[in-house]
Amino acid sequence: MIKRADIVIIGGGVQGCSIAYNLAKKGAKNIVILEKNTCASGSSGRCGAGIRQQFGTKMNCMLARESMKTFETLSEELDYDIELNRAGYLILAYTEKEINQFKKNVLLEQSLDIDAKMVTPEEAKEIVSCLNLEGIIGGTFCSTDGNVNPLYTTFAYAEAAQRLGAKYYPFTEVTEIKTEDGRILSVITNKGEILTSIVVDAAGGYSGPVGKMAGVDIPVYSQRHQILVTEPIEPLWKPMLMSFSENYYFQQLPDGGILGGFGDPEHEIKGDNINSTWQFSRTMAKKMVKLVPILNEVHMVRQWAGLYNMSPDSQPILGEHPKLKGFYMSLGFSGHGFMLAPTTGKLIAELILDGKTSIPIDKLDIGRFKRGELIIEPSVV
Amino acid sequence: MKDETIICRCEDVTWGEIRQALEKGYTTLDEIKRITRAGMGRCQGKTCRRIILREIAKFCHKDIEEVAMSTFRPPTKPVKLGTLAGDDDD
Repeated sequence: MIKRADIVIIGGGVQGCSIAYNLAKKGAKNIVILEKNTCASGSSGRCGAGIRQQFGTKMNCMLARESMKTFETLSEELDYDIELNRAGYLILAYTEKEINQFKKNVLLEQSLDIDAKMVTPEEAKEIVSCLNLEGIIGGTFCSTDGNVNPLYTTFAYAEAAQRLGAKYYPFTEVTEIKTEDGRILSVITNKGEILTSIVVDAAGGYSGPVGKMAGVDIPVYSQRHQILVTEPIEPLWKPMLMSFSENYYFQQLPDGGILGGFGDPEHEIKGDNINSTWQFSRTMAKKMVKLVPILNEVHMVRQWAGLYNMSPDSQPILGEHPKLKGFYMSLGFSGHGFMLAPTTGKLIAELILDGKTSIPIDKLDIGRFKRGELIIEPSVV
Repeated sequence: MKDETIICRCEDVTWGEIRQALEKGYTTLDEIKRITRAGMGRCQGKTCRRIILREIAKFCHKDIEEVAMSTFRPPTKPVKLGTLAGDDDD
């Protein structure tokens, strides 16, 4: 085990690996990634695989748009096929209130050169012919959204970072972060101590407890979200189908399996429980069969769960902690961290090495909660 | 074993792909599953899981009991969405 590092990244998921890769690409040396399990064993490898640019805040739209640009060439850049699939996102509306919000979203998205548009129920059916339009009064469609393989993406970043000199330690759990006078001294793990002055908390569902180890309070909590996948079937439709009011998202992946889930903030337990429940698969099956009746005959083969790391405004917390020099946070992604990782990894690397970022992220600092400057994202499942 | 030998029949994963993952340093069942998709298909690893465990043990010079099993996820057998959706019995 290495004894001293310039930068220690806690969490070997897509955030940590993207940060490590972008740091190494910019010339940083002695970068270490500490992962308590194995690569993509946490939320990165459990996510819904979708990547979208349709959001309700300028910040999320910009971060997602830049990520999409990176995803376009990422297989080449990292020398690993991450299976980019430009399948689009069809977001369906069931209420007038939703239509009004979507109109605002689309105006915002179009002003940022995101190719989203409003669609009528008939146009939605032209895009996805097997849809049951019951209750649907409109929606939005963005053809340049899509999906990638989140496992391959995480491994691709991890391997590329290592080729550039970063060290990846699996089965290495951080137990303590030593600090003195607002500075970091070292990170203690189950495999030994690493002296460092810079730590990045990219621990996803476990980022709050990692903050506590460093003596800083981060206003995030984790909550279970579940997903199921079906057997592969013939191609039926392309885009992700999503609704915020009816609460679902599911899509057919390139291998033919249909994968999706829904959010249940009221009933889902908080903390780090990632067991599956039959209540989830039953409710999810109902939602899928209602919207796409032909799925009645399709078999579910697997279900699993992962953790959303929720912040008070469903937006990530990015940046250095004001009371602990060298403690950088890339956390609280609230369920849309995977798709933002290409951009946030780059921005955190810029912040650490240059002290400034190519897209302003100062509004995503941890201080916004005290200032009362929350950036509420209306468009999350 | 030949590189072309199919280990995971559901996902068409060959021994060659698994051997390459092992040689890259991925010596847990979980990692091999994530990289190659072995065990992620219709039968959920009922056939290939034990073969891969054996090969990991051989590669790492360990006993098969020392190699960690991956998580068994529900359902045990594939279930029709229509059956799940129609099940209102608590």
